[in-house]
Amino acid sequence: MSFNILIAVCLAYVVVLFLVAFVAEKRASEGRLGWLRSPLIYTLSLSIYCTAWTFYGAVGYATRSGLEFLTIYLGPTLVVVGWWLLLRKLVRIGRQFRITSIADLVSSRYGKSNTLGVVVTLLAVVGSTPYIALQLQSVSLSFSVFANEAPVGVHLADINTTALWVAAGLALFTVLFGTRNLDANERHHGVVTAIAVEAVVKLIALVAVGVFVVWGVAGGPADIMDRIQQSPNAAWDPNLGRWISLTFLSGAAFLCLPRMFQVLVVENADERHLATASWAFPLYLLLMSLFVLPIAVVGIGMMPTGANPDLFVLTIPLALDQNALALLAFLGGFSSATSMVIVAAIALSTMVSNHIVMPLWLQANGTGASMSGDVRKVVLIARRTSIAGVLALGYAYLRISGGGASLAAIGLISFAGVAQILPAMMGGIFWRGATRTGALLGLVVGFAIWAYTIFLPSFGGASLLPDHIMAQGPFGIGWLRPQGLFGTYGLDPVVHAVFWSIFLNSCAFFVGSVLTFPAPMERLQGAQFVNIFDHSKGAQGWTRSMAETEDLLVMAQRILGPKQAQALFRTVAQEQGKAGYLPDPEPVFLERLERELTGSVGAATAHAMVEQIVGGASVSVKDLMAVADETAQIMEYSSQLEAKSEEVARAARQLREANDKLTELSVQKDGFLSQISHELRTPMTSIRAFSEILRENDGMTDPERRRYSGIIHDETVRLTRLLDDLLDLSVLENGQIDLTLAHVSIDGMLDRALLSGKPHEASDTLRVTRVSSRPNVVVRTDADRLTQVFINLISNVYKYCDATRPELTLRISDIGDDIAIDFVDNGTGIRGRDQAVLFEKFSRLGDEKAAGGAGLGLAICREIMGRLGGTIAYLPGQGGAAFRVTLPVDATGTQNPPDLKHS
Amino acid sequence: MKEPSNTVFLERKSYRKRRMMDAARVLPLVGVVLVLIPLFWSRGDGGTSAALIYYFGVWLLLIVVAAVLSRRLGDVDAETGD
Repeated sequence: MSFNILIAVCLAYVVVLFLVAFVAEKRASEGRLGWLRSPLIYTLSLSIYCTAWTFYGAVGYATRSGLEFLTIYLGPTLVVVGWWLLLRKLVRIGRQFRITSIADLVSSRYGKSNTLGVVVTLLAVVGSTPYIALQLQSVSLSFSVFANEAPVGVHLADINTTALWVAAGLALFTVLFGTRNLDANERHHGVVTAIAVEAVVKLIALVAVGVFVVWGVAGGPADIMDRIQQSPNAAWDPNLGRWISLTFLSGAAFLCLPRMFQVLVVENADERHLATASWAFPLYLLLMSLFVLPIAVVGIGMMPTGANPDLFVLTIPLALDQNALALLAFLGGFSSATSMVIVAAIALSTMVSNHIVMPLWLQANGTGASMSGDVRKVVLIARRTSIAGVLALGYAYLRISGGGASLAAIGLISFAGVAQILPAMMGGIFWRGATRTGALLGLVVGFAIWAYTIFLPSFGGASLLPDHIMAQGPFGIGWLRPQGLFGTYGLDPVVHAVFWSIFLNSCAFFVGSVLTFPAPMERLQGAQFVNIFDHSKGAQGWTRSMAETEDLLVMAQRILGPKQAQALFRTVAQEQGKAGYLPDPEPVFLERLERELTGSVGAATAHAMVEQIVGGASVSVKDLMAVADETAQIMEYSSQLEAKSEEVARAARQLREANDKLTELSVQKDGFLSQISHELRTPMTSIRAFSEILRENDGMTDPERRRYSGIIHDETVRLTRLLDDLLDLSVLENGQIDLTLAHVSIDGMLDRALLSGKPHEASDTLRVTRVSSRPNVVVRTDADRLTQVFINLISNVYKYCDATRPELTLRISDIGDDIAIDFVDNGTGIRGRDQAVLFEKFSRLGDEKAAGGAGLGLAICREIMGRLGGTIAYLPGQGGAAFRVTLPVDATGTQNPPDLKHS
Repeated sequence: MKEPSNTVFLERKSYRKRRMMDAARVLPLVGVVLVLIPLFWSRGDGGTSAALIYYFGVWLLLIVVAAVLSRRLGDVDAETGD
C-alpha cells in the first residue's frame, strides 16, 4: 500500500471529523441538541482515557509484563463503578460552581486562590507534556511503519517531520472547535461529538484486529489459551507492589488528568449520564483490553525478534498483507492520539489562560477590568496561544527526549505527575478542615518528589540528573538517592516514586491543613464543597456595596459579549422590579454575575475582576444586618397580609350579619303588614255590619238607632286612633318629626298627663303619689312629645292595673347626668316572658278588650324617647308594673341635629 | 451523604432506594478486594490464563451489578439529590 493512499485516507478521515464537529456545533447552536446530550455520547467521550498509549502501548506492555497492563484499566473501572461515592459529588460541584478545569476546582475550593490555580496549572502542563509528546510520537511512528513498509527501521527525521505536521493540524482543529465560544463551561459539542466518533473508530479497530488475530491467525480462543501457556509470560508472578500502586495510580489519574476532568466534569451535560457511564464505560474498557493479550502472544510468536511490540497492532496485519485492516488499525491509533491531544489542549489552554495569562494581563493593565479594551479578545487570544503553546511544548519534548523511552513508561510518569493533585482535590471535597496552605504544601512537596524520583531520571543519560547523584545521592547522601529514598532502593522505580510522592504529599497536605487557619472565603467555599448535597446553592458572599453597576456591565459585556451580558443584566433588573439594564448591585446579583464570568475566565479571575469593581469581598456585620432587615421586612409583609385577610374575613362577617338583619327585617315587615290589615279589618267589619243594619231596617226604634250609630262612631274613632298611631309611628321611625325644644318643668308635664291620661268614664279611683329628689326639675326637651309618653304610661295604668285600689307612684330622680322618671303601680305587673316583647308593635298583653288600642302605644313611646335622646324601659322588681323613663337634662344634640328645630 | 436525622421510618420504596445507594457505595470496595485476590495466588506455571479468565469475569460482574444499580439509582439522583 502506498504511503500516498495512507495520507489521502488520513486526510479524508480528518475532513470527516471536521464535518462531524461542524455539524454538531451547528445543531447545538440551533438548539437541536437531541442525541448530542445523550449518556452514550458522554460515555464515549470518556474514552479519551484510552489514548494511543493504550491502543498501541497496551500490547507492548502485555508483551513485556503479561497481565499487569490490566491495572491501567482496572483503576478507572473501580472509580467509575463507585460513581455514587465520588464522581457524583465531583460532577455536582463542577456544575454548581461552573468549574472550568481541575486547576479551577482546586483554586475555587481553597478560597479562589490563584496561587493554587497556578501551581496546579504548572503541574498539569509539566505532567501532560510528555503525554502529548507520546501521542505525537505514536502517530508518526505508525506513519513511518507504513512509509517503510517494514516493521523495523524507522527514520528519526521522518518521525519529527510527521510529528510537526500532526501537531500543527491538531492545533488548528482545537483552535477551531475548542475556542468557538468563550465560555469554557459551555459544552464543546463539536469536539465532544468528534471524540465520540473517534472512540467508536478505535474500539472497532482494536476489536477487528483482535478478532482477526484470534480467529484469523490463531485457531480460536482455545488456541490463544495454549499460546498464552507457551508464552514467556505464562507463569503467574504478579508484582504485588506494582499491581496495587498502578491500579491506584490509574484510578487517580482518571480523576486528575486535565483532559479527563474536562470530559468527566466540565463537559458533563447531565448528572444522570454518570449512572449510564458507571457500567457502559467499564464495558468499553473491557472490550478495549479483551484482545490485548491475544495480540501480544500472537505477535511474539510470529514477529521477528527485535520488532517493536508497541506496534504489533499495526505490524501483524501488515505482515499478513491485510492492508485494509492495517489501515483501520492505523485510523484507530490516529483517533486515540488525536482525541487525547485535542481535549488535553483544550483543558490545558483553559487553565493556562485563566490562571496565568488573565491574572498577568489584569495586573499589567493596572486599573483593572473596567478599563478599555476587549477582554473577550484577550481571553480568546490567550486560549488560542495556549493551545499552540501546549502542542509546541509536546513537540519540543519529543525532540529533546528523542522519543527513546517506551510508550508505557512515559504514560506512567505522566500519570504519577497529575496524581499529585489527588490529595488536595479529595481533601477539598470531603474534608472541611483542608486549608489553602495545606493544599499548597502538599502540591509542592508531591510535585518536587515526583520530579526528583521519576520525571528527571526519565530523561536518561546525564542530561538533567548527573550519574553520581543517581548512584550515590546528592552530596553523597545515600538515603536521598532519587530511586532509593530512605533506603527503599529495593522498590520498583515507579512504585517508589508513586509511594513517596503521594505519601509525603498527603502528609504535607494534612499537617499544613491542621496547623494553619483558613481565611473566611476558604471556610465558606470549603463548607459548600463538602456539603454540596445539603445546600446546592452557591453563596460566595458578595457585599452589597458601592459597586457601579454600569462598570460591571461594561466589564461583563467584554467577557460575555454585549448581547449576553445585556440580557443577563436586564433579566436581573426585571427580577428586582426595575426597568432598564442596570440592576442594583445586590449580593445575589454579584454572585450570579461572578458565576457567569467564572464560566469564561475561571473562578479566581472572575472573583478578582468583580472584586476590582465592587471592592471588598468579605461578609461584614453590615451585610448580616441587611440580611436581617430583609428578613424582618418579609415578616412584616406577611403579617400585613395576615391582617388584610383578617379584615376581609371581618367584612364578610359583617356582610353576613347585615344580610341576616335584612332578612329578619323583611320578615318583620310582612308580619307588620298582616297585623295592620287585621287591625283595620276588625273595626271596618263592625262599622259595615251596623251601617247595613241601619240601612236595611226602617222600623227601628230611636234608642236602637242611637246605639248602633254610637257603635259605628266608636269604631270609627278607634280606627282613626289606629291610623293616627300608625302615622305617628311611621313618622317617628323615619326620623321625620320636628322637635320643638324648650325648657319645661317635668312636674308640669306630669300634671297635664295625669289630667289627660284619665279616661272619660273612669272615676277618681287612682291614687297618685309623687316623690321627687329635688323640686321643680326643668329639662330642655319637646314638651308635647314627652307628655305624650307620660299620658300613654298613665292611661296604661288605668287600663291594666288590676289592683282593687289602684295606686301610682311617680318618682323623679337624678341618675348621673340624666333624669329618671319612674311610673310604678301596685298591680300584678308584667311577666318576665312578656317584658321582652313589651315595646314591640301590636304586642298586647292580656285582655284585648280592656286595651282598646292597637298595641302601638309603648312602641310609639320607645320611638319618642329615642328621638328625645332618652330611653324607656321596664323596671322589674318594683311590686307592680314599673316603667322608667330617662332623659338627658338637655336634649340638644343627642339626636340627629338636622331633625332639631330650635325654638 | 448523611441521612436526615428527623426521619425514623421510610416507606418501603424509599427504603429500597437507600439500600441501593448503600450498595453503590460498597461496590467499589468489593471490586478492590476482588482485584487483589489473584495477587495472593500461588506463583507458578499456567497461572496467567487462569488470572485472565478470573479478571475478565470479575470485570463483567462489576459491569452487570453497576448496570443494575445505575438503573435503580438513575432516577433517585434527580429526585432527592442524596
